Amino acid sequence: MAKENPADRRYSKEHEWAKDNGDGTVTMGITDYAQEMLTDIVFVELPAPGKKVKQMETVAVVESVKSVSDVYSPVSGEVTEVNQVLESQPELINQDAFGKGWIAKIKMDDPAELNNLLDAKEYTAFLKEVAH
Amino acid sequence: MKKTPLYDRHLNLGAKIIDFGGWAMPVQYSNVISEHRTTRESAGLFDICHMGEIDVKGDDSFALLQYVMSRNLEGQAIGQMKLSILPNRHGGIIDDLTIYKFGDDYYRLVTNAVTKDKDLNWIKKIKDEKGFRNVQVIDVTDETGKLDLQGPLSETILQRIMDDPIGSLNYYHSLETRVLDVPAVVSRSGYTGEDGFEIYMPAERVGEIWDALLEAGGPEGIRPIGLGARDTLRLEAGMMLYGNEMCETVSPFEVVYGWVTNLEKDFIGRDALIRQKSEGVKRKLVGFMMEDRGIARHGYKVFKYGREVGEVTSGTFSPTLQRAIGLAFVSVEYKETGTFLDIQIRESFAKSRVVPLPFYRREKR
Repeated sequence: MAKENPADRRYSKEHEWAKDNGDGTVTMGITDYAQEMLTDIVFVELPAPGKKVKQMETVAVVESVKSVSDVYSPVSGEVTEVNQVLESQPELINQDAFGKGWIAKIKMDDPAELNNLLDAKEYTAFLKEVAH
Repeated sequence: MKKTPLYDRHLNLGAKIIDFGGWAMPVQYSNVISEHRTTRESAGLFDICHMGEIDVKGDDSFALLQYVMSRNLEGQAIGQMKLSILPNRHGGIIDDLTIYKFGDDYYRLVTNAVTKDKDLNWIKKIKDEKGFRNVQVIDVTDETGKLDLQGPLSETILQRIMDDPIGSLNYYHSLETRVLDVPAVVSRSGYTGEDGFEIYMPAERVGEIWDALLEAGGPEGIRPIGLGARDTLRLEAGMMLYGNEMCETVSPFEVVYGWVTNLEKDFIGRDALIRQKSEGVKRKLVGFMMEDRGIARHGYKVFKYGREVGEVTSGTFSPTLQRAIGLAFVSVEYKETGTFLDIQIRESFAKSRVVPLPFYRREKR
């Protein structure tokens, strides 16, 4: 396992992360585990800003050479910003899934939904389960 | 799942294993793009033990094969390989395979992994139906190991572990020889578009040769390559994959196999194929390159002027061209180079353009 899962955010069992920005929005992306499973990310389909999503609905699509994977929104809300750089540099997700490889910012409908997600400790334990 | 003799080695090398037609095979050891580049620039080693080998022996070998294969095998020299399809009675493709000639009464068919049993049963059935007596059709898949060594430095590396000179071995020719001290067949051929070799040996000794090649090619940066890069390599080279581009309802004239179909000789499916050729086919396999962003994948629909005109059979991101490429069946009126096609990717349409095959051609030695 490559990188530690940062404690400052929440995680879905589908391997997305959401970081509360404290202003009613979250920044979201896929986890380092997910990028490691995918490898070779060569294309990211980003949502249009303004798009409304429900929690665990598809918000973006990530393609590796071999596969196509849906990325689910960790919260319900409205997409306010997307990481446009990924259009020309999708490999940023492989290089820095928790940082420069962020996918979108979402204005939350209901911040309480974050409680449906795992914290870093729980997610790390969940990965151990998945691996066995 | 069935395992090849190299399974434990793959695990030790950190391979990700997938089910490929009932076989537990390495899809990648590190990542597809770097394995792809290694093969194009240096040399890559592939475990191909899952593919089928069927030996055909006896005085009636030629007559049987000439009757079941689309390719004219007359004039095939000993040591020469031929690519052919195995047609059904309707001219559809049961398999595409290579035919090695080891002697006038001794041939080897190398089949796709998923089609081997089907091929074997079909050929045996026709043998009985036509009353060919002096021929044995023997499945030697389990006792035969197969490695592909592909890439521009393959010859240099392979020569280090064998005595017979291979520099003079021509493309699509084979040599019965020894690799290390193991009796082996080496042919100059492959499925990547690079120079390289297919190597056959007794299954119980494939591990020794695998290890020896990885060691001998150390200075050149040889690496083991998974099925993921095997697929991107073959697609760049414009080579088809059974199950994607071909099946029992696809005609060789719809794909790029008209040239392996000889309508002068008598063989199964000939009448149907003559009819298909004279009537002309309605769809044709073409290569395309994406103009818009997005990767078209197997099964995606192809449109022109808002009307569905075809379907993608294979599609990927080309590591060499840094573009999304693919193969698709389209109505014949849209097969010409330069034709723009709209491919549906999820909810939107992406523009692509028909291009000549192959996508990638190596510089010749």
